[in-house]
Amino acid sequence: MLKIKVKILIVFCLLLFNSNVQAKNPSTLIVEIVDQASSILSSNLTDDEKINKLNEIAENNVDIKGIGFYTLGKFRKNISSEEQDRYADLFRKYFLKSFSSRLVTYTDPKINVISEKVVNEKYTIVNSVLVATEKRPEVKIDWRVYTKNPDKPLIRDLIVEGLSLARTQKEEFKSVIQNNNNDINALFKTLEDFINK
Amino acid sequence: MKNYTSLARFYHSNYSFTLIKDFIYNLRMKKYLIMLFLSFLINFNAHSSSDGTNEMSKKSSGEVKDCFESLNRGIFAFNQALDTLIIEPVAKGYRYLPKPIRNGTSNALNNISLVVTIPNNILQGDIKVAGKNSARFILNSTIGILGFFDPATKIGLNDYVKEDWGQTLGTWGVGEGCYIVLPVLGPSTLRDASASLVNYVGGNAWYNITVDEDTHYFSDFDYYASRGLTGVDFRAKNIESFDNLEANSLDFYASVKSLYLQDRKKKIFNSDEIIETLDDSDWEEIDN
Repeated sequence: MLKIKVKILIVFCLLLFNSNVQAKNPSTLIVEIVDQASSILSSNLTDDEKINKLNEIAENNVDIKGIGFYTLGKFRKNISSEEQDRYADLFRKYFLKSFSSRLVTYTDPKINVISEKVVNEKYTIVNSVLVATEKRPEVKIDWRVYTKNPDKPLIRDLIVEGLSLARTQKEEFKSVIQNNNNDINALFKTLEDFINK
Repeated sequence: MKNYTSLARFYHSNYSFTLIKDFIYNLRMKKYLIMLFLSFLINFNAHSSSDGTNEMSKKSSGEVKDCFESLNRGIFAFNQALDTLIIEPVAKGYRYLPKPIRNGTSNALNNISLVVTIPNNILQGDIKVAGKNSARFILNSTIGILGFFDPATKIGLNDYVKEDWGQTLGTWGVGEGCYIVLPVLGPSTLRDASASLVNYVGGNAWYNITVDEDTHYFSDFDYYASRGLTGVDFRAKNIESFDNLEANSLDFYASVKSLYLQDRKKKIFNSDEIIETLDDSDWEEIDN
C-alpha cells in the first residue's frame, strides 16, 4: 500500500514539475520567438528554407484559427460549417504566406522586449521595440498574447505603433465581402488568388 | 498617416504655387460657407448616433462611415499613381542624404509643427504639456539653430507628440463624420479636413509669417517646402512598411482607411494603451 502511495506521489510530483516547466511567461514566449526568427533570418538558408522555418514557428505559437475567426467578424455567424472549414484552411495558408513574406525581407531584425502588462486572465500585452536601423526609425511593437491556457500561450495580434494588424485585416476582409454583395465566396476567391500568386 | 496626408502637398510645391495661392485666396472667400457646411455635416453625423453620452469613447474607428466610397476609391487610385511616379522616387533619393542632414531636417520640421501643437495642447486642457512644448520650441529655435538640433530632448523635454485642430475637435467629442480621401492630400475625415482649414485662417503661425503676411524674412516657398519635406521625410522612413502593406493587402484601400482611422483615434486619446485601440470584447465571441 505504501509503495502505491509513494508511486502516486512521485507521479503527482512529476506532473506538477512538468506543468511548471511547460508554463510559459508571455514575455519569455516573445523573446524565444524573436530569437528563433532572428537566427533564421540572419542564417545562410535560402528564402524558401527560411519561409518554411518561420511558418513552423508561427504554427506553434500563433493562434491562427482564432485570428481567422476574429477577422471574419460578423460574417462568421452566417456561414455553414463547411464554409467555416474551408475558410479556416484558406486563412491558414493566407496567414502563413503573408506572415513569412513580410518577415523574410528583414535580414537581422533586433527586437527588444521591454515590459508586459496583464490585461486579464486571458490576455497579456508584451511591449517591445524593433531597434532602429540606418533606414528606418525605432518601431514600437506590442504583442497580444492569449493566456487562457497558461501552459500554451498564443499570439493573437501584433500592434505596431498602436495600430492593430488583426483589426486592419478584419476591416479589409469586411470590405471585400461587402463590396461583393456580402458574398463570402468573393473572399474565398480573393484569398485563393493571394495564396496562388 | 496624418503625415502621409501632408506628404502629398509636396507634389505641388515646385510646380503649382500660383494654383495653390489662387486656391487659398478663393478659399478665404468661401471659408465661412465651407466651414458652416462641414460643421453641419459633422454635427449631423455626431448627433445621429448620440444617445446622450460621448460616443467617441465607445465607437471603434471601424464604424466611421465611408459615405463616398466609390469616389474615394477613385481618388485613392489617383493618389497612388502620384505616389509611384513622384513621391516614392523622391523619398528614395532623400534617403541618400547623410543621416545627420536627415535628422536635422526632421528636427526642424518637428520644431515648426510646435506652433500648431501648442495652441491645441491648450485647447485640449493640457496646460502642462503646452508649457513643456513651449520651452522645447524656444530652446530648439535658439540654441538648436532654428530647430535643426534638438537640445530640448537632451535635457528631458522629450516625448513630443504632435497635435492638430482635428484632434482637438475629437477630444471635444465631435465625431469624425464620413471618411474621405482628398486628392493629393490623402485620407481624412470630414471633421479633420474641415478643422485643418483653421491653419489657413490664422491658426498656424508658420503659415501666417510665410504665406499670409509679408514679413520679408520668409516667403511662400518656405511654407510649402516645409510641408513637402515633412511628407518626404515621413515617406522615406516608411518605404518598406508601405511596400509590405501593399504587397500583403487584399484590399489596400481598406487597409489604409483602417490604419488611418485607428491612428487618428489613438492620437485623440493621446494614449499608447492598446486596449483602447482594440477592445477586448472584440475577441470575446471567439472565446465562447
